[in-house]
Amino acid sequence: MKKDLHSSRKRVITIVFIVIWAAFVVRLFSIQVLNDKYKKSSATISIRQEIIIPSRGTILDRNGVVLVQNQKSYDLMAIPVEIKPFDTLMLCNILGIEPSVLSEMLRQAGSDPYRKVNPLLIEKQMLPERVSMLQEVLFRFPGFTIQERAIRNYPGGMAAHTLGYIGEVDLKKTLEDSYYISGDYIGISGIEKSYEEVLRGSKGVKKLLKDKFNRNQGPYLGGREDVEAISGKDLYLTLDARLQEYGEMLMQNKIGSIVAIEPSTGEILALVTSPTYDPNLLSGRTRAQNYQNLLEDRNKPLMNRALQAQYPPGSTFKIVNALIGQEMGILNPGTKYGCSAGFHMGSLTVGCHNHPSPLNLTQSIQHSCNAYYCWAQRDMLEKSGYPTIKAAYDVWRKHALSLGLGLRFDNDLPYGYKGNIPSSDYYDKLHGKGRWKALTVISISIGQGEVLTTPVQLANLAALVSNRGYYITPHMVRAIGSADSLNKPMMKRHQTSIHPQYFEPVIQGMRDVVLAGTARNAAIEGFAVCGKTGTAQNPHGPNHSLFIAFAPMENPKIAIAVIVENSGYGATWAAPIASLMMEKYLNGEVKRPDVETRMKNCNLMRP
Amino acid sequence: MEKRISRGKGLFYNIDWTMVLLWLALVVAGWLNIYSSGNKEGVSEILDFSHRYGKQLLWIGFAVLLALLVLMVDPKVIPPLSFMIYLLTILLLVAVLVIGKEVNNSKSWFQIGGFALQPSEFAKMAISLALARAMSSLTFDIRSRNSQLLIIGIIGLPMALILMQPDMGSAIVLLSLVVMLYRFGMNQVLVATALFILLLALLSFIVSKIILAIILAFMAGIIIFFLRGKTKEIILVSSVAIIAIGFVFAVDFIYHKGLKPHQKQRIEVYVSNLKGVDKDIRDVGYNFYQSKVAIGSGGFFGKGYLQGTQTKMNFIPEQDTDFIFCTVGEEWGFLGSLVVISLYLLLIIRIINRAELQRSQYSKVYGYAVASIIFFHFMINVGMTIGLAPVIGIPLPFLSYGGSSLWAFTLLLFVFIRQDMHRLEVIG
Repeated sequence: MKKDLHSSRKRVITIVFIVIWAAFVVRLFSIQVLNDKYKKSSATISIRQEIIIPSRGTILDRNGVVLVQNQKSYDLMAIPVEIKPFDTLMLCNILGIEPSVLSEMLRQAGSDPYRKVNPLLIEKQMLPERVSMLQEVLFRFPGFTIQERAIRNYPGGMAAHTLGYIGEVDLKKTLEDSYYISGDYIGISGIEKSYEEVLRGSKGVKKLLKDKFNRNQGPYLGGREDVEAISGKDLYLTLDARLQEYGEMLMQNKIGSIVAIEPSTGEILALVTSPTYDPNLLSGRTRAQNYQNLLEDRNKPLMNRALQAQYPPGSTFKIVNALIGQEMGILNPGTKYGCSAGFHMGSLTVGCHNHPSPLNLTQSIQHSCNAYYCWAQRDMLEKSGYPTIKAAYDVWRKHALSLGLGLRFDNDLPYGYKGNIPSSDYYDKLHGKGRWKALTVISISIGQGEVLTTPVQLANLAALVSNRGYYITPHMVRAIGSADSLNKPMMKRHQTSIHPQYFEPVIQGMRDVVLAGTARNAAIEGFAVCGKTGTAQNPHGPNHSLFIAFAPMENPKIAIAVIVENSGYGATWAAPIASLMMEKYLNGEVKRPDVETRMKNCNLMRP
Repeated sequence: MEKRISRGKGLFYNIDWTMVLLWLALVVAGWLNIYSSGNKEGVSEILDFSHRYGKQLLWIGFAVLLALLVLMVDPKVIPPLSFMIYLLTILLLVAVLVIGKEVNNSKSWFQIGGFALQPSEFAKMAISLALARAMSSLTFDIRSRNSQLLIIGIIGLPMALILMQPDMGSAIVLLSLVVMLYRFGMNQVLVATALFILLLALLSFIVSKIILAIILAFMAGIIIFFLRGKTKEIILVSSVAIIAIGFVFAVDFIYHKGLKPHQKQRIEVYVSNLKGVDKDIRDVGYNFYQSKVAIGSGGFFGKGYLQGTQTKMNFIPEQDTDFIFCTVGEEWGFLGSLVVISLYLLLIIRIINRAELQRSQYSKVYGYAVASIIFFHFMINVGMTIGLAPVIGIPLPFLSYGGSSLWAFTLLLFVFIRQDMHRLEVIG
């Protein structure tokens, strides 16, 4: 045996080995314990979340008639890597698309390493006959699948603006709200928007293990972390489908709006805006083109006039002043003002039509005397004991706001305008501080000038008058989930600042309007109808025809406002339409087919 | 004493149970992890030969038989057969180039019926035996030119044949025998120079070559400052510094001009990983990154046996062969990883310690060769999965799936264990 000269090197080798081992220990500790970067990427690499979209809630009317429901729709999807050679021409014939379009689509997706392993949308919302044709031969096209989705369907084709529509969520929303991911559907307008969170339900999550080819390898942790999808709740609207449909029919070929409210509950029975459109146009294959057409229509069918159009209320506003005048101590049932074919004060003249003079409060409503309200307005601002006109005006305005005017209802409709009851600051700015008088703003007495109201505000005015002093916020959703779980937060009672006793002479005047005043054609046999006409001058052309009403006089069931743009006197169009609507609602049928036909067939659209 | 170590006192007489148990622990750990990475449907029949875990059980059975067979052989007959075994292996390596089956563009496998055999795995043992035989001869002197040429020849011939397959990984493994050669008197300056060159090459990728050159010049400057007056040494240090700086630029030149794009990318991925940046994780750096994700996601205690998500879902290529350590890291966490790498360290230190006790130079050399080879495999394989070593496709001894590799390492180890049982005898 040789002498070992290098036995000390054993230690060197051992130390080197131990140092390398220690380096491994340190490295392992660093990536496994100290650093969580790899844990995070592990979660995203191998666990895929499959989102389960719950079915969206159905929307029904107050009687359970379906207004919006889900409809099955079929999209053709393909996973490019799973496609085997197939008869391109045959598939394209069934789909009705160009073979070059299909092959380009597949070529593009197929060249992207990630898109090619994920489902690719080939054709969306295929026509039913094409789906059934395709289903029979789908086995010839490996890699292609038919994906079922839900789109919205509107059986009655009515109330398009109220119901709204859904569409793909935009990028901004996905950034704001983590619930949504690109491709999700979201309510874009109407009830679909304002009740989005109720209707959509809550998404489910299925955690799946995926291998590197994105292939399913079964549930993660046996599904223990999965979340069940919760279906959206059904909504029961306050709308009466029959009345809504009837209103839309009456308003065809006219521009304007009808709003009907149940006074005791604030429930909106009908919310008609015209022109309207079939809501089914905004759901389905040709949605984008239809939307563009509606957008370009000069009559603005996409605008919801019931909530968004702000009209001068005209003579309907006399009701407001009759109430405030009493509350401010200027008017009482016996107060009389003379009228010599109008109101004359210096150089200012507000004309009036022919009627007996002088008139008391009730008669002033019955005959819609302009002079009466000019005098009353002047006295309210000048003689009600306030130190300045401005102070008196502020009181007047406070009462007007308490009647639900000049503000937006805090309700469940996704949009709406405030209308306008100008503030005294506004007049200060316009005319200079202290430089405006009662006469400066006299036109507000008859609902002209700066005063603007929306149809829903006018209907609510009729409702609060019929209630003798209070209103429930006009709202659209009656119950959520089931017909008897009422939408309590919406049923808020608002007491106006007008004492209930002051309503009686006004209501009597409104009754007389129909019995022997400006709107005798609004009468309905067997019901005591109360109403008030309005003829609003406006800068856009001929006068708007307005009518607000309720019936019956005692224990009212319906309050209504009708506006027909640029059509003339209130009594000519708005009053008979309102009358027909109330008759339809109260009686279930209309016994005046001649009036109905005349209203329905009349075309008042701008040529 | 001498009498105790005579034959015929039972198969396991005087056997070193430590090495045997460490071997067994690693083999069992290997199977458990192969079972986990191959088991995707939940609990199933473990003896299912259509699955790799079923087959591995079969390979383990054969490995145990091989081990027992080695224990039955008289250790004295092995040394004289060393060159025979070596020559036979050379023949196999030549044959595989001719009749081997081409897998992944390299001819490394004999296909015999249902299974495949990789001769390069067995070459490690053959070379170790031949070296032990050569270095234990009385005429051997590591400082003599002839002896050095003999060693280079013994290692170089099979290495060249393996490179012709081509199988870079298996060829590189043979360089590990330098550790053994160092122990038995190889010039330290040579070893140090080799390590210095390797370090310099690596640094030239990590640090900008200008800065590296400045550092080298600065270091040389300091050394020269302390060597004032010693002209000879100053000349030596200066020339080393100049050569080193030249080398740094040469590496850069070879890197940019001499390497193929995919080789360049691999180096970039490895180097940027050392800097803490995961590069090209979608293509070239994929395996490298995914294995770190799998191990890193294991945390301290691991995800639990059979609960790994990365390794189970085929994110890791070669997950039961070269990347088996990913399963260990993911499912058993830091704790399990620590246990496994410690088993290796214990086994290797045990082999070295037993080698030192050998009276015969043959057994001693052989023992060191075994330790060197196992350690190198361990270092490169585990190092690659945790991002410390570049990706070189070699198996983790005893753990990785595969008959050839398991049998070859078992033979390698048990031949030493057998000799160790007779360590007080001069065997070769």
